[in-house]
Amino acid sequence: MPDQNLTGTRSTAPVAEVAQAEAGPPPGKPRSLWSDAWSDLRRKPSFLIAAAMILVLIVIAAFPGLFTSASPRDADLSGAFLRSPELTKFFSPEWFGYDSQGRSVYARVIYGTRASIVIGVSVTVIVLFVGSLVGMIAGYFGGWVDAVVSRIVDTFMGIPFLLGAMVILVSFDVRGKLVITLALAVLGWTTIARVMRGSVISVKQADYVQAARSLGAGTWRILLRHVLPNAMAPVIVVAMVALGGYISAEATLSYLGIGLADPAMSWGSDINTGKDQIRVALHVLIFPSIMLSGTILAFLMMGDAVRDALDPKLR
Amino acid sequence: MADTTREPILEVRNLVKHFPLTQGIVFRRQVGAVRAVDDISFTLYPGETLGIVGESGCGKSTVAKLLMNLERATAGEIFYKGEDISKLSGRALKAVRRNIQMVFQDPYTSLNPRMTVGDIIGEPFDIHPEAAPKGDKQARVRELLDVVGLNPEYINRYPHQFSGGQRQRIGIARGLALNPEIIICDEPVSALDVSVQAQVINLMEKLQDEFGLSYLFIAHDLSIVRHISDRVGVMYLGKMVEIGSDAAIYDHPTHPYTQALLSAVPLPDPDAREGRERIILTGDVPSPANPPSGCRFRTRCWKAQDRCAEELPLLAVPQRYADADTAVAHDSACHFAEEKPQVTHA
Repeated sequence: MPDQNLTGTRSTAPVAEVAQAEAGPPPGKPRSLWSDAWSDLRRKPSFLIAAAMILVLIVIAAFPGLFTSASPRDADLSGAFLRSPELTKFFSPEWFGYDSQGRSVYARVIYGTRASIVIGVSVTVIVLFVGSLVGMIAGYFGGWVDAVVSRIVDTFMGIPFLLGAMVILVSFDVRGKLVITLALAVLGWTTIARVMRGSVISVKQADYVQAARSLGAGTWRILLRHVLPNAMAPVIVVAMVALGGYISAEATLSYLGIGLADPAMSWGSDINTGKDQIRVALHVLIFPSIMLSGTILAFLMMGDAVRDALDPKLR
Repeated sequence: MADTTREPILEVRNLVKHFPLTQGIVFRRQVGAVRAVDDISFTLYPGETLGIVGESGCGKSTVAKLLMNLERATAGEIFYKGEDISKLSGRALKAVRRNIQMVFQDPYTSLNPRMTVGDIIGEPFDIHPEAAPKGDKQARVRELLDVVGLNPEYINRYPHQFSGGQRQRIGIARGLALNPEIIICDEPVSALDVSVQAQVINLMEKLQDEFGLSYLFIAHDLSIVRHISDRVGVMYLGKMVEIGSDAAIYDHPTHPYTQALLSAVPLPDPDAREGRERIILTGDVPSPANPPSGCRFRTRCWKAQDRCAEELPLLAVPQRYADADTAVAHDSACHFAEEKPQVTHA
């Protein structure tokens, strides 16, 4: 055995040689789970398509004026009432036609993006923060803390998502983006909390957490340095998939007339406007619907791709 | 080598750990307890290696967790240099932890996959700033990597870029960072390939000589324990059944369980195999939630008599060998302790 000389010598040099001969790590950049996932994702068409779509949507939401010169609120009732789309006139106000008040559907679709993206992203951020914190505390401390928190989570889970949001929103006179965001967040954080709790419970048993405890590490160090980074992956995936759900929930509420309403712009309320002329002017309904479905699809595809990349069972 | 004339560095007295078994969801009530560790006593001297062997589920790892205060003892005391550490908490416990460190069984799960090797080995210094090197922390981490035989250039790599043996070296370096006096090794090589096992064991012996460490070495591989240990304790179902010098345990075992264990060690020499009697135990290990009365081993012991069911044998030098001057006179918890020469090796 080549290591017999280990006991005989005080010099560490031969030990180092043996250790390196023991299949040293390949040279190159350090790789972590996230960097592995990233190199996986870069080669995935579904991720690339979804990422491109989301990027475009974010730019539209931030700078709608770049995409259309028309104002979504200019109504030309006499000249453009339910005028049909002119599909060859790309990016012009006439591209998607006009609605029953003579407003450009294309401009409204562009300006309606912001509501969906802002509400979807802010609900997800709030839910990620609150849900992760609550789930982490319940999972890590266990015992009666877990019992109390889990019952609260169960109670919230028992409320049907849309029905609950409707009940909350009806009690407000003015329903802006903030109110809708908070209503969705109040009902949505429980999913993340549950996933986080389960993830933390499995991570806190790991030997490296025990090792940190045996070194004398405090609770916060263990939570932030050891538990959270290792428990985050499934939560991120669930949050990405949920983001699509929040966008669709906002559109549903706006469609039902208890979300955003005129003069605020939202694909949901535009679909509501379009449904009345569905036989004579399908385009008023169809273009906001396509944008809505496309946006939700992009976020779902992204969540799916990220889950595949982060799932250690597929590695 | 162990210096048994000195004061023990670690003394365990009547250590007990029961895990409660509960029933009911809303109103929990205790319906019993798993007696993982039941009344164990032993001592560890400075610079010594005490091996603890026993089959799966006998409470070896629970002993390690109790010594590290990762689990609270149900009863009993653990004295570190005369101070009972089993009830410490907060700052006092943190101070003791500097001196007692642990090397874990599975090198694949004992290193945080999100931290670089440098962060893993340097973390003890972040937790104990008073023990951190005055100057460059990085330099100390590189030095530790060198001490355990890893290239100091690996400091920025992640654990998954290393092999099992290399990871275990990283775990050992983390354990050494605070200059502890005692290292508790919970099956440190059982997850490694045989060839790598020898390297890690040799490294541990070298470090012991260099830093004067005391090891509590928990394992189920009898040959490795014999190789590294000065004294050996044998556990069965939460009890210490026999303890003594490695010569006493391996060449003069007097407890039937130890004899059965040793008779199962594979021998490379076919001639020696011929003359050896193999003891095949029947039945399974009883549940630690409902252990047999009297001697725990009596349900599988070929020597068992009525007395074994009624009277708990104490861990002491057997009467028969009380005056003997050889290694055979060591503690054995059996009413009928007797040597059985044909089961030992060589």
